[in-house]
Amino acid sequence: MDSVRLSKETLVADAICGLARLLTGARALWRGTAPSAVPRIYYANHTSHFDFVLIWAALPEELRVRTRPVAGADYWNATPLRRWLVHEVLRGVVIERVKSEGSGSPVEQMVAALDHGDSLILFPEGTRNMTDDLLLPFRSGIYNVVAARPDVECVPVWSENLNRVMPKGEVVPIPLLCALSFGEPVRMTPGEDKDVFLARLRDALLALAPPRN
Amino acid sequence: MRHDLVTLFAGVFALLLAASLAGSVLSRRRASGEPSELVDTLNARIKAWWWMTLALAIASALGTGGVIVLFAFISFLCLREYVSIAYTRRTDHWALALAFFFFLPLQYVLVGWRWFEVYVVLIPVYGFLTLPAFAALSSDTTRYFERAAKVLAALVTCVYCVSYVPALMTLRIAGFEDGGLLLIAWLVLVVQVSDLLQHVWGRLFGRHPVAPALSPTRTLEGVTGGVMSAGVLGAVLSWLTPFSVAQAAGVAVVCAIMGSFGSVAWLAVKRDRGIRDWGTILERHGGMLDRLDSVIFAAPVYFHVLYLGWHK
Repeated sequence: MDSVRLSKETLVADAICGLARLLTGARALWRGTAPSAVPRIYYANHTSHFDFVLIWAALPEELRVRTRPVAGADYWNATPLRRWLVHEVLRGVVIERVKSEGSGSPVEQMVAALDHGDSLILFPEGTRNMTDDLLLPFRSGIYNVVAARPDVECVPVWSENLNRVMPKGEVVPIPLLCALSFGEPVRMTPGEDKDVFLARLRDALLALAPPRN
Repeated sequence: MRHDLVTLFAGVFALLLAASLAGSVLSRRRASGEPSELVDTLNARIKAWWWMTLALAIASALGTGGVIVLFAFISFLCLREYVSIAYTRRTDHWALALAFFFFLPLQYVLVGWRWFEVYVVLIPVYGFLTLPAFAALSSDTTRYFERAAKVLAALVTCVYCVSYVPALMTLRIAGFEDGGLLLIAWLVLVVQVSDLLQHVWGRLFGRHPVAPALSPTRTLEGVTGGVMSAGVLGAVLSWLTPFSVAQAAGVAVVCAIMGSFGSVAWLAVKRDRGIRDWGTILERHGGMLDRLDSVIFAAPVYFHVLYLGWHK
């Protein structure tokens, strides 16, 4: 029973990765680091619901099965299909973006996943960026997670062009070549101030963005 | 598969094998000497030709349907590359979605149905008259003229022009039934060899750049040499076509000239967008348009010549 369930989810996962490649090429450029099985936090700019699937699809398969996207419960728990996708196929860490009674703390959930040996995909902007600015201000969640597990490396991932594939509110994706640049990992220095650390994360991510014309 | 087609593919594969061997010898010899852009270009092209020939061989084994599906997929990859570097806005979303998911499949379905009267006008008439309205309905007029023109240019070149290659299989030519694949093979060979030999002739004898600002290596001598060589090759391969030897030479020259128009026009597009090759847009991505620019420009004219002179 368990193996049947497992194979169905694997099949859907493979189909999603195949689709992502067909639509975008899903090319990973390992610029500042090499793929590694050590638990890491991949943090990226957030421009569409699709980019978390793309980062996931661009990872080598042996890493993908140990990498869990951090997803907002308000969107992903809204319908049975999304709930199934995020929990069973993508194995997401589903967090409440708004504090509510009874739900576990998002930071604790993420730390638990890291302790279990999994990596995380995280969007520190917290919401999709619809502005002309390259990045929105970072939220403090990523700082709190790294403060709890200071050994964890934060790998910046810049996704380019993806905002054009599926702009907010659209349902039909446009096929466009996208590139994901994986930059040099950032580590927290002992006792580092929150704002200083968030600023370093932000700079490391922006350094991967191609020049605008 | 036809007997002469098998002979042709066997010949091309033998040539490719020889070219790959020569290419690897050249790059090994170069390893001790100075770097050579020519050797790199040659090896990149040989690799692309392997893929092209393999894809064409598999598709032709599957018949007309296989060839149509193959070129529909090529159109998809070309359009994806083209739109990736074009300036578009969020408000172009629906125009682009229609280009990819309505006009592209419909064009190839119509070619498959051999419905000539519709597939020749689908994009130039119906696409041209409807897509700009979708962009206008969004009420976003920022650089509107330019955006509308780009979506149409992408659709005409990447879908409409590419679809003329499989459309060659739908022509009816007396004494040349089921010869559509040979027509395709002849076109691709003539245009690709012209491309390569323009490069080689240019290296050997090139003095006068045709457009110095675009490319210092694209010379009048190179283009002339390449086009003339293509004429000779076309004549030698006239047994693949319904043409006489002299006609084959003439049509090959026309196709090669159209091909170089394609290369130079798209070179200008690439310079305008500040990229060296379509393949370097996003490092190692794409590159389909680098290899096919000349075929894309030659195919509709080749089709038109055949339609006027030989189609019944």
